[in-house]
Amino acid sequence: MLGWGGILLLAVIAIGFGVVSVVISRFLGPRNPTPEKLAAYECGMPPVGDARERQSVKFYLIAMIFLLFDIEVAFLYPWAMTMRALGWPGLIQITVFFLILVVGYIYIWRKGVLDWGPEFDPDYKHAPKPGPAVVKRYRYGTRN
Amino acid sequence: MGLETDYEVPVLTTSAEFMIQWARRSAIWPVAFGLACCAIEMMATGAGRYDMARFGAEVFRGSPRQADLMIIAGRLSRKMAPAMRRIYDQMPEPKWVISMGACASCGGVFDNYSIVQGADQVVPVDVYIPGCPPRPEALIYGIVQLQKKIAASKLDQTPKVRIA
Amino acid sequence: MIAEDIIAAIAPAVPGASYEASISSDAAVTPTIRVPREFIVATCKALQAPGLEYVAFSDVTAVDFHPNRAPRFDLVYHLVSPHRRARVRVKVGINPQEAIETLTGLYPGAGWPEREIYDLFGIVFDGHADMRRLMMPDDWEGHPLRKDYPVQLRKDAQTYMPLQVTEEEFKANLERDRFQRGSAKPK
Repeated sequence: MLGWGGILLLAVIAIGFGVVSVVISRFLGPRNPTPEKLAAYECGMPPVGDARERQSVKFYLIAMIFLLFDIEVAFLYPWAMTMRALGWPGLIQITVFFLILVVGYIYIWRKGVLDWGPEFDPDYKHAPKPGPAVVKRYRYGTRN
Repeated sequence: MGLETDYEVPVLTTSAEFMIQWARRSAIWPVAFGLACCAIEMMATGAGRYDMARFGAEVFRGSPRQADLMIIAGRLSRKMAPAMRRIYDQMPEPKWVISMGACASCGGVFDNYSIVQGADQVVPVDVYIPGCPPRPEALIYGIVQLQKKIAASKLDQTPKVRIA
Repeated sequence: MIAEDIIAAIAPAVPGASYEASISSDAAVTPTIRVPREFIVATCKALQAPGLEYVAFSDVTAVDFHPNRAPRFDLVYHLVSPHRRARVRVKVGINPQEAIETLTGLYPGAGWPEREIYDLFGIVFDGHADMRRLMMPDDWEGHPLRKDYPVQLRKDAQTYMPLQVTEEEFKANLERDRFQRGSAKPK
């Protein structure tokens, strides 16, 4: 019983400390907001435009792929701990599970999800040819 | 502070102001605001030999919203002045400013069209450190002086007149 | 190659231009030729030809000789040939209100140095895509590196900037600060 009481005490102190800190600083902390203080931080420069921009989808794809394979590893660990008890049937089951996910892995590999940059091209075969000198104006505030 | 000796366990009493000012001056985190050559000396002060972290300046915060101290290290040009003012405004109170070096204090050797003759034309400065550049020991001396100033000052730093 | 050889190589390509070889202390490394203002683009195109191949742009800067000399400014271009490991210096005499054609069509790297010269000297480059100030604040009056500009300036520092700028306002500000032909003098 003492063991569970200890955990309860730990939970109360941990949550209580966090809650009390936030509540006390909410009520006792001074607030001096000025428009300049609340302005968006852009290294001192006036911020241009809205911060809501389109981001590349590859970040989302990598995050999803990581999640799936992380869950797979999370299933592999318990099997590895009880490998001997599960014996041959367990091995067959985990191998089937793994192979299903390997098929998925080959799919995303061929689909190009794992590509983050250009292919390795040591002889510059695919390099763009230098054309006539063109002055490209950098358009501030846009993604060009 | 008073030392009570009536009890078996000696008790020290002090004021909340003393404790709060002790906490503020012992962990004073600068915002990374190196402008020119003094920034090199500031980096040297933060590095291993002259470690500034022993005096509380543990990390140079990248964002002014997480910093207490702005060390103006270097010459302030006219084009940079509004940006510096904006970064100073975005620091939450309590905040202090150290003007490091001759250029930040008074324009230094550059008395011309582009350098502001003293950063205190733009932000209120607490400690001026002379030198071109000041040695790391001088910067540490300036930080220690600022700590003494904080120990001696009042708790409430809210400006009575809106200066931003 | 010495300066006279370079002039002999490019003179057939640019008829009508009167080149001069200048003397300089580093003539062994960087021969110097003096070019009239109207022929600068044709000269640089001829300097890019195979055989000379000055295809790399190093720098352009200006010198103010006020009040001692007739063309008040000297524009000094430094071009480099990485293939032949050679350098050349091209000098152009120019007066304040005259305009000279930009080299950004031949050398895109000339963009910002020309902006710097416009900012600090007031020499306008015709055909430049983005002729506005580079180092001074956008609404600065005067060109600081001219010899008749005061050295010590006592002026209050600007401490206010707008809190938020929309993209349209930002582009409108860029257009407003760009040098416009037809305004009374260079900004």
